[in-house]
Amino acid sequence: MARVVASAKPLSTSPLKLSAPLGAAMAFMGMDGSMPLFHGSQGCTAFALVMLVRHFREAIPLQTTAMNEVSTILGGMENVEEALLNIAKRAKPKVIGLISTALTATRGEDVGGDLKLILARHKELADTKVVYVSAPDFEGSLEMGWGKACAALVKALAEPIHGREPSPKVNLLPGVHLTPGDIEHLKELVEAFGLEPVVLPDLSGSLDGHVPDAYVPTTLGGTTVEQARSMGDARLTVAIGEHMRITAEALHAKTGVPYVVFDRLTGLEPVDRLMVCLSTVAGKPVPAKLKRARSQLVDAMLDGHFFFGGRSFAVAGEPDFLWTTAKLIGDMGGQLAAAVTTTAAPFLADLPCDRVEIGDFEDLEDQMLEAGGVDLVIANANARQLCQRHGTPLFRAGFPIFDRLGAAHQVTVGYRGTRDLIFQLGNILMEHAGHEPAMTLAPPVPLSEQSHGTAAQAG
Amino acid sequence: MARPKVQELFEEPACATNRAKSDKDRKKGCGKALTPGAAAGGCCFDGAKITLQPIVDAVHLVHGPIACEGNSWDSRNSWSTGSDLYRRGFTTDLSNLDIINGGEKKLYKAIRAAIETHKPPAVFVYQTCVGALIGDDVAAVCKAATERMGVPVIPVEAPGFVGSKSLGARLGGEALLDHVIGTVEPDDVGPTDINILAEYNVNGELDQIRPLLKRLGIRLRTAITGDARYADIAACHTARVNMVVCSQALVTLARKMKDRWGIPYFEGSFYGISDTSEALRTIARLLVERGAEPTLIDRTEALVAEEEAKAWAAIAPFKERLAGKRVLLYTGGVKSWSVISALQEVGMEFVGTSVRKSTAEDKRKIMDLTGKGEVMIDQLPPREMYRMLREGEADLLMSGGRTQFVALKARTPWVEINQERHHGYSGYEGMVTLVRQVDLTLSNPIWAQVRKPAPWENS
Repeated sequence: MARVVASAKPLSTSPLKLSAPLGAAMAFMGMDGSMPLFHGSQGCTAFALVMLVRHFREAIPLQTTAMNEVSTILGGMENVEEALLNIAKRAKPKVIGLISTALTATRGEDVGGDLKLILARHKELADTKVVYVSAPDFEGSLEMGWGKACAALVKALAEPIHGREPSPKVNLLPGVHLTPGDIEHLKELVEAFGLEPVVLPDLSGSLDGHVPDAYVPTTLGGTTVEQARSMGDARLTVAIGEHMRITAEALHAKTGVPYVVFDRLTGLEPVDRLMVCLSTVAGKPVPAKLKRARSQLVDAMLDGHFFFGGRSFAVAGEPDFLWTTAKLIGDMGGQLAAAVTTTAAPFLADLPCDRVEIGDFEDLEDQMLEAGGVDLVIANANARQLCQRHGTPLFRAGFPIFDRLGAAHQVTVGYRGTRDLIFQLGNILMEHAGHEPAMTLAPPVPLSEQSHGTAAQAG
Repeated sequence: MARPKVQELFEEPACATNRAKSDKDRKKGCGKALTPGAAAGGCCFDGAKITLQPIVDAVHLVHGPIACEGNSWDSRNSWSTGSDLYRRGFTTDLSNLDIINGGEKKLYKAIRAAIETHKPPAVFVYQTCVGALIGDDVAAVCKAATERMGVPVIPVEAPGFVGSKSLGARLGGEALLDHVIGTVEPDDVGPTDINILAEYNVNGELDQIRPLLKRLGIRLRTAITGDARYADIAACHTARVNMVVCSQALVTLARKMKDRWGIPYFEGSFYGISDTSEALRTIARLLVERGAEPTLIDRTEALVAEEEAKAWAAIAPFKERLAGKRVLLYTGGVKSWSVISALQEVGMEFVGTSVRKSTAEDKRKIMDLTGKGEVMIDQLPPREMYRMLREGEADLLMSGGRTQFVALKARTPWVEINQERHHGYSGYEGMVTLVRQVDLTLSNPIWAQVRKPAPWENS
C-alpha cells in the first residue's frame, strides 16, 4: 500500500503534468479525417501542436478559435462559428473535435449550447460531426482529457443495435499511454482469435508514420465515423487503463455492450487475463502462436530477473502509465523507490511503494535523493535534465519523447511487448552496474512488506 | 492594462514597415487580425518568453494553468555557456480552486519558494490569459515581492490573447526597459562595449560571432537576450552601440535606449557573408564615432578581407556539386536574400522565396539578386507546396519546422532554417555550415531509395 499525497507547494518546478486539452486533441488524432480545434488563444494550440510534432515527427492537424482580448470579454461564440465554417470549407474534415481550454472555461462559456445554435443555422456543417469536449487545463491532466474526449466521441457517435445478436467484434478502448505500435499489436491479438477489433481512438491508423500519396490537411487513417457508429454491434468492449472506464461505461449505457476494464496489458498475469477473456468471447482456444509468445515471455522473465532483483527505480508519469510501469517492475523483483504522478488517482494506493506523490520532476528528484539514488529512471523526455544532473540512466517512455526516434512504435503490451520491454530495461541495468545504495548490506525487502514501512528500518 | 503599451508599440516610428504606412493605417496596428480556424503561430506570452528566457541565471515563472508552461518547457533551443536554471520550467499551475479564490497569494508564495531554493539574481513573472482574466495583479505582487525579498521580481505582462508572438517579443523588451536596464552601474565600462538585440543564441550561434568581435577588441556586453546574465542586462545601458538583428521584435527597445541613454543603433544581420562584413563595419564605424580607437576601422577591414576569403574558399568546392539545383525557400525568420546570395554563389537556383515578413527593401534586394519578380511568394498553402515538391519543381525545400513534413512526405530533401534549427548558420562560418548542410542533405543516398516504387508496383 502506498500513500497518495499531493505536493502542497505553490511552485511547480520542472512540470510533469501536461494539459487536459492536449490529451483531448490526441484522442481526436485517432479519428479518420479529423481536425481538433482548441477554443482558446492561439498559443494554446501552438504549444500543443509543437509538442505533438516533436513526439510523433508528423504533421499534426490542430486549429484554434484564436480568442483575442475583445472576444475574451464579449464571448467567443462568433469565434467558434467562424472557426468551424473556415475549417469545414478549407479542410473538409469528417470530424471536428471542439475542445474548450482554461481561457474559455474560466469565462464560463456555454459552448455546448452555442454549438447547438451554430449547427442549427449552418447547413454546410451538416456533413461534419462536431464533437464538443470540456477539458479545461486547470482540472486533471493528459489522461483525463483523453478519457473525456473518448467518452464524448462514443456518446456522439455510437449507436445501439436492437434485438439481434452482435457480430464477432470486440471494441478496444486504448488509453493515451498506449502507442500506435501497442494498438497495432492489440488488434493482431484480437484477430488471432478470429474476432474483429474496432478501436477508438485508433492512433495506429493515423500517427503510425506512414507516407501518404497525397496531401491531406486532416488526419489520414484512424477510426472512421462508421466504425464508431458500429460499436454497438460488438460482443464485448475492452478498455485499457482506468481513465478509459468512463468511455466504456458511456458506450455500455448507450449500446448495452458489456465491458471489461484492464488495469494494464503489460506483464504476464494481465495478458493471461486478456487471453482468457478473448478466448471466452470467441469460443476458441488460445492459438498456438500466442502460447509460444507466452513461453517466450516466461523465458524472458527467467533470463531477466537477475538484473531487476534488488535494483531501485524511479517512475514518473500519468496515473495509468505509472501503474503499468511500476507493476511490471514489481513483477520482476525491482523496487519502486520514487513514484510521482500528475493527478489524484485512488487506485495508485495499491502500488508497492511507500508513497506516490502528485507533483513534478523536482518531487521525483527529492524522492530519489531520499532513497540514496536509484538505478534507473523511467519517465518522459523531460526527465533528461535531472538524470544528467545525477548521472542516472533514463528510459524514455510515455509522452512526450522528443529526443528519440520511433516513440510511436514502442510496443510494451501483450506477451511480445512485455518480453521486449524486459529486455530493453534489463540491458540498461546490465550496462549500468549501478549505484551503491546506502542500505546495500540490508537484505532486500520483500514486496509484501514494503508497504508497512520496513524499508525505513532497513537503513 | 496592456492596451496603451500595445498601442504605443504599434505606432513605433523606427519600424520600416510602419514608416511606409499612412497615419490611419498605422493607428490600426500591425497585429494582423487572426482568422479563427485558419491561424498559425504562437501567442503573445510565447513571444515574451522566447525573448527573455535566454537570461540564463534567472528564474522564469509562469503564472497560469499547466498548458502555458507544462506543454512548452525545455523546448527552445537557446544555448547557455553558464547556468542552466533557465531550462527548468517554473509555474504556479493554477487549478480550479486558485481560479475561484484568486492566484495572487499562490504567486507570492511561489516567488518566495523559487528565491529560497535557487537564489537567482532575479525572477521574471509571466502573466497569462487566465491570470489576467481572473484579475490577478501580477505587477503588484512582483512589487511586494521585490520589496520584501530584496531580489528583483519583474512582471512581464503579455498574456496570450493580447496578440501575436512578435508583439509578445516587443512587450518582453518593454519589461526589460521598465524594470531592468539601467538598474546597475557597472565598474568595467569600456569604449568598445556593444549589445546585440533580438539575438537568442539558437544552437549557440553567438559562438560564431563572439570570436570575430573578440579579435577586433570589441566586447559584447550582452545579447538581448541570448546566453545572457541578469547583471549584464541590468548594466547594458552603458554600451556604446546597439545592433538589432531582428527588427520586428526589438527595434522599439533600441529606439528607446537611444532616447534615454543616447546609444546609437543600427539594423543588421549576421546571416550571410556580405551581411556579416557589413555588420562588423557598421559596428566599428559607430564605435569610432563614439570615441573608440580609430584603428578599429582598418583592423575590421583586414579581418573582413581575411574571413571573406576564407569563407568563399570553403564554399567553392561545393560549386560543382550544387550548381543548377533548384531551391524553394520558405521562411519568415531569416532574411531571405542573405541566404539567396550565399547559395547563388555555389550556382543554386531559386524557384521561389517567401516574402511574407520582408520589408520593401528586402524585396528590392531579392529582385536585384534573382532578376525576376515571379520567384517572390507571399503565401504558399501546404497543399500547393506539396504539389510543387511532388512534381519535382524543386530539388530542395528550405523552411521552418512547420512545413518539414510537407517536404518529407513528398520525399524531397529539406533543410531547416528557422529558429528551431539544429545548426548555427550565423557569421562566416555559419554560411559555410549552411552550404555544407544543403550538400549533405541533397547528396544523401536515401532519396533514390525512398522514391523507387516497391517492386510489385512496377508496371
